[in-house]
Formats: sequence, C-alpha cells, structure tokens
Amino acid sequence: MNIAGRLEKIDRRIIFLLTLLAVVIPLLLPIGFEIKVSEPVQKFYEAIEALPPGSKVLVSSEYDPATMPEVYPMNQALARHCFKKDLKIIGMGLWPQGIPLNQASMEQGAEEYGKEYGVDYVNLGYKAGGIVVISAVAENMPNTFPLDYAGRPIEEFEIMEGIRNFDNIDLIISLSAGDPGVRHWVMIAQGRYGKKVAGGVTAVSAPAFYPYLNAGQLQGLIGGMKGAAEYETLLGATGTASRGMDAQSIAHGLIIFLILFANFFYLLGKRRKK
Amino acid sequence: MKKQIPLIITFIAGMVMVLQFFIPHRPFSDLQQLFNSWFLIITVFAMILGLGNLFKVHTKRLQRRPKGWWYSIVLLAGFAIMFTVGMIWGPARGTPFDYLFWNVHLPMSSMMFALLAFFVASASYRAFRARTPEATLLLVSAILVMIGRVPLGNYIWDKLPLIGDWIMSYPNMAGQRAIMIGIALGIVSTSLRIILGIERTYLSGK
Amino acid sequence: MMEIIGIWMAALLTLCILSFLYKDNPFYKFAEHLFVGLSAAYWAVYYYFNILYPNLIQPLFGHGQLLLIIPLVLGIMMVMRLFPKVGWVSRWPLAFIVGSYSGYNLITYLQSNALEQVRATLVPFIQIESWKSLFTNPGVMTFLNAIAAPVVVVGVTTGVIYFFFSKEHKGVFGGFARIGVWFLMIAFGASFGYTVMARISLLIGRMYFMLHNWLHLI
Repeated sequence: MNIAGRLEKIDRRIIFLLTLLAVVIPLLLPIGFEIKVSEPVQKFYEAIEALPPGSKVLVSSEYDPATMPEVYPMNQALARHCFKKDLKIIGMGLWPQGIPLNQASMEQGAEEYGKEYGVDYVNLGYKAGGIVVISAVAENMPNTFPLDYAGRPIEEFEIMEGIRNFDNIDLIISLSAGDPGVRHWVMIAQGRYGKKVAGGVTAVSAPAFYPYLNAGQLQGLIGGMKGAAEYETLLGATGTASRGMDAQSIAHGLIIFLILFANFFYLLGKRRKK
Repeated sequence: MKKQIPLIITFIAGMVMVLQFFIPHRPFSDLQQLFNSWFLIITVFAMILGLGNLFKVHTKRLQRRPKGWWYSIVLLAGFAIMFTVGMIWGPARGTPFDYLFWNVHLPMSSMMFALLAFFVASASYRAFRARTPEATLLLVSAILVMIGRVPLGNYIWDKLPLIGDWIMSYPNMAGQRAIMIGIALGIVSTSLRIILGIERTYLSGK
Repeated sequence: MMEIIGIWMAALLTLCILSFLYKDNPFYKFAEHLFVGLSAAYWAVYYYFNILYPNLIQPLFGHGQLLLIIPLVLGIMMVMRLFPKVGWVSRWPLAFIVGSYSGYNLITYLQSNALEQVRATLVPFIQIESWKSLFTNPGVMTFLNAIAAPVVVVGVTTGVIYFFFSKEHKGVFGGFARIGVWFLMIAFGASFGYTVMARISLLIGRMYFMLHNWLHLI
C-alpha cells in the first residue's frame, strides 16, 4: 500500500486524540488571541443600543443543552446588555429545553444589575407549534400565555401590564439552534407584522440566515460561539465564548492541516498514477 | 368518512390561515385566533403520541427480552424519576426537576453532540478531497471561512477575517438565497397541493 | 453539598458518553438510554405545565370555555393512532395540523423567502462608489467590495437557474446552471466551515465544564 493509502487508513482514534488535545491544551494554557467584531454582530449590538430605557424586548429561546456552548453565552450577554440599558425582557421559547437556560441567563443578569422578576423580566415559558405560536403571540399574548413558565398568572407581573400583542413589543430576539426558530420569527413577526427581529444562532445554521440580513429582514445576527465572543467583546466582558476562542482557533488550525495534509498525498498519488 | 372529512378539515384550516393574511378582519381574524389556540393543544397530543410509541417499544422489549433489554429499564426508570419529580414540584428554578435537568440531562445532551467534533475532524481528514473543480471550490471556501472566522486568521494575514466575512456576505449569501428561493417555491406549491387535496400522502397508512 | 454531587454526576455522565469514542460500550449505552428517558419526561412535564394546564385544563374546567372540548377530542383522536383498529381517526387532527401549517407556509414562505429575496437582489449591478474607491485605493478588499453587487446578482440568478429542472441543462442555459453550481459550492463550503466551527464549540463548552467546574484546573 502507498503512503496515501496508509495515511487514509490511519486509526481514527488518533485523530480523535489530536482533536481533544487541540481543544484542551489552549483551554489550560490560554494564548489570548484578539477578537475582532464582524458586521452582523455589530448590527445586533446596535439594534439593542438604539432602544430607549424601558423598552420591551421579547427574547425567545429556541435552543437546548446540545447547542448550549454556542447559544448560552449569547443569552447571558444579551440579558446583561438589556439590563445594563434598563430594558425589560419578556422571555419565552419554542423549544422546552431553552426555557431554564433563558431563565438562568436572565437571573444572572438580574443579580448583577439588581433587577426583579415580574418587574424587569419575566419568563412566559414554552408552547408547541412553532410558527403558529408566533402568530398566536402576535395577536394575543395573554391568551397564549396566561401563566408564566412556573405556573404563575401573568396578571401578577407588573412587566405584563398593558401588554396585549406585538404592538407592545419593541424588539424581538430569537436565540435559535434550528427550527422552529429565527426563520419563523422573520416570516411572521417581520414579514407579516413588520416588527424588528434580530437573531442569535448556532454556527451550523448561520450561513443560511445571511440572505435575511442582507434583505434587512434581520436587524443583526450572532453566529456561533465566535459571534458570542464578539458580542462579549463589544460589551467589554469576558465570558465562556471569549475564553473558548483560543481553543477554537487551534482546533480549526488542526482541521485545516488535516485537510491539506490528506489532499497533498491524494494529489501526489493521483499524479503518480498518471 | 375516512378520507373525505380529513380533506375537508385540511381545506378549511388551510384556507382560514391563507384568507386571514389578505383579510385580517372578522370573521377570519377570530377564526385564526381560535384555530391557533386549538393548534397548540392538538400539537401536544401529537407529541404525547410520540411518548406513547416510545413506551410501546420499550415495554415490548421488556416482554421479549432481546440482547440489552435491561437498558429499557434504565430508560423507563429515567422517565419515571424525572416525570415524578416534575409533576410534584413543577419546572421552576431550584426544584428537584431543575436540579436533574442541569446535572443529569444537560451534561449528557451536551456531550452527545460534542462527540460530533471528533467525527467532523475525522471526516474532514478522510473524505474531504479536491476530486473535481467544484469540490475544490467547496474546499477552498470552507478553509477560507474556517480560518477567517477565528482570531488566528487575523494573525496569519490581517485581510483573512475580511475575506471570510466577504465570502459569507456575498457569494455564500447568493448561493443560500438561491437555495432559499428554490425551497420556498417548493413549499408554496406543496402547500397549495395539500390545501386543495391533490397531495394526500399524509393521509396514507392505517 | 448537593452542588458538588451534581457536578460529579454531570462529570461522570459526560465521561460515559465520551467513552463512545473508544468503542460502543455499556457505560455509553446506559447514559444514552437514561438520556432518552429523561428527555421524554422533561418534554412531558413541560407539556403539562406550559400547555395542557394553562391552555386547556384551566380555561376549560376552570373558566368554562366549552369550545375547547373540540381540540381536546381531536387530541384524544390523535393518540388513538396507538391502537391499530381505530388508528384512522387520528387523520382528523392530523388534517387540521397539516392544513393549518400549509396555510401558514403558503403565504409566509412566498412573502419572506421568495418575493422579499428577489426584491433584495434587485440592486444596482454597478455600485459607482465602490468602483471609485477601487480606483483611488486599489487593494484586495476594495476590489472585492466593487464586485460584491454583481456577485450577488449573478449568484442568485444562476443559482435559481440551476434549480429549474423543467429544461435540460444544456447550451447557454447549462452554462448558467454550471455557474450556479459554483455559487452553491461556495455556499456549501461556507456551511461546512461553520459546521466545523459549531462542533468544535460544543466540545470546547463541555471541556470547559470538565476543566473548570469539575477539576478546577482553569
């Protein structure tokens, strides 16, 4: 067997080990690469900065623990950003696992900025049905969410006073890891009701949302852990996303090296055959 | 009865949703809100059906006892514990349900998907070859984006992040938009066929 | 104390899943089945507390909104699918779900994902400002910015042509379709790059937990 063939048959556990090391070593020995902010994240940041104090932001969490390392840092940074700007957060979600993650993010931000549940933020919980839920909330929020995520009536909460439908919401942010998620918020909230929508998404789905960004249907877009790290940089805070960027860089370097290495021998083998 | 009524239901539900877009007034707006509230409830029962199927499969395994049957006990026990604490204390923060979510469910879910990092690295090494000009284009685009989107790229060449962003915002966006339009037209035509009763495959089976 | 027990449970279960990399083994299988059971219960509890109780049980039995009997009956019909003899009745609620979704999709996809995308593509083919800056300050980025608008128009048009299968991809039409494929390949490459990024991020997240919360090494 030639070198190319032998290299192709290498035990994949060696690659697994290299990948693990490429992630673990930079976490143990941080390099401190500088993080540059990209335009979609800058736009996301500015969409929140543009809101006057007291504005109501609907944060819908459409992600789960599987995608938590990417989206949770965005959620945490977003809660901090909103509370820092004295904005009020109405949380909800189209994925049930996103509810406690959004709640934990809001609680963390609230503790830092002295905000209170029911006054400055609330979590309405989960509803099944994706696009239909968005449409139901757009028309009648108290009817769709009569109780919060833990079963308390929403009339008890000061933040919900006067909130009837989308007319009373200033910005919608969907933190999503798939469908239902940002796509549906754009289609209903932006497309039908003309609301401003911004998104925080996993890196896997981010490329597919660039057309929305380009068409002005999305106010801003945070894509993956890198996007979250950029957002943390804009807020001047180091979170888990920023801490992971060295490992992200090294692991990408490793994968690119593996691709180029394998292709070098592949092309060499092809030339020899000719 | 078995096919005609479902077709009528599909037509009515579909048409109400379409008409309320063009005529957002009564009676269509009221009907839409009513149907929306029904939809939320019926969807939950669809999910309960999924849970029912899961139980059916695993209780059968307990009866037949094939190899590894005891894992079904683990599954059912996991369900019973989580369900019981959830129903007693509810899903609020700080409850035993919340504790199990953060300390048992979350780490497994997270790690299960984190495993994909190893497989994507292995697949990149084994399968990602510049076999044709199109595959080469894919490979070059992937590498530029991969290196351009991480801080390391900036240290190799300060234009790399900008090139990565440019690829994302223009050629990638154009390709994604073409896919988006293609899918949208496909969904629109399928939806129309479903509402009009031409497409009936969803009614097949017992 | 409970926090420490929680962290240890989380760490050990993480290791159970990680052990799959060596080979499929009983520890992995145990964690996998436990995960499925817990997930199913998690969903069930949320269905009850976040939907069934607030949107059905309370308004129907507490506030007497009798119209809600209809979705309740339709819901029960849906579950009937578990019993083969009467399974056919599940078609009624299924028809309602499929019909409603189709109604929504018909308009929203057309509006947001087709018409709006076409509108956004109809931009000036030549953007004078960016060409001016290319000539005054020639460089990689000014060049890329100058060609950005034509790239979008050509990319979207040829990409859509590629998806048009009613005409054979031959001659000039085939040439356009081939250019479309190039754009699709760039988009797939970008998606691949981002997928790698996503998967690595997930591993970083979990390893951060192990090194920080469990082992206290960082």
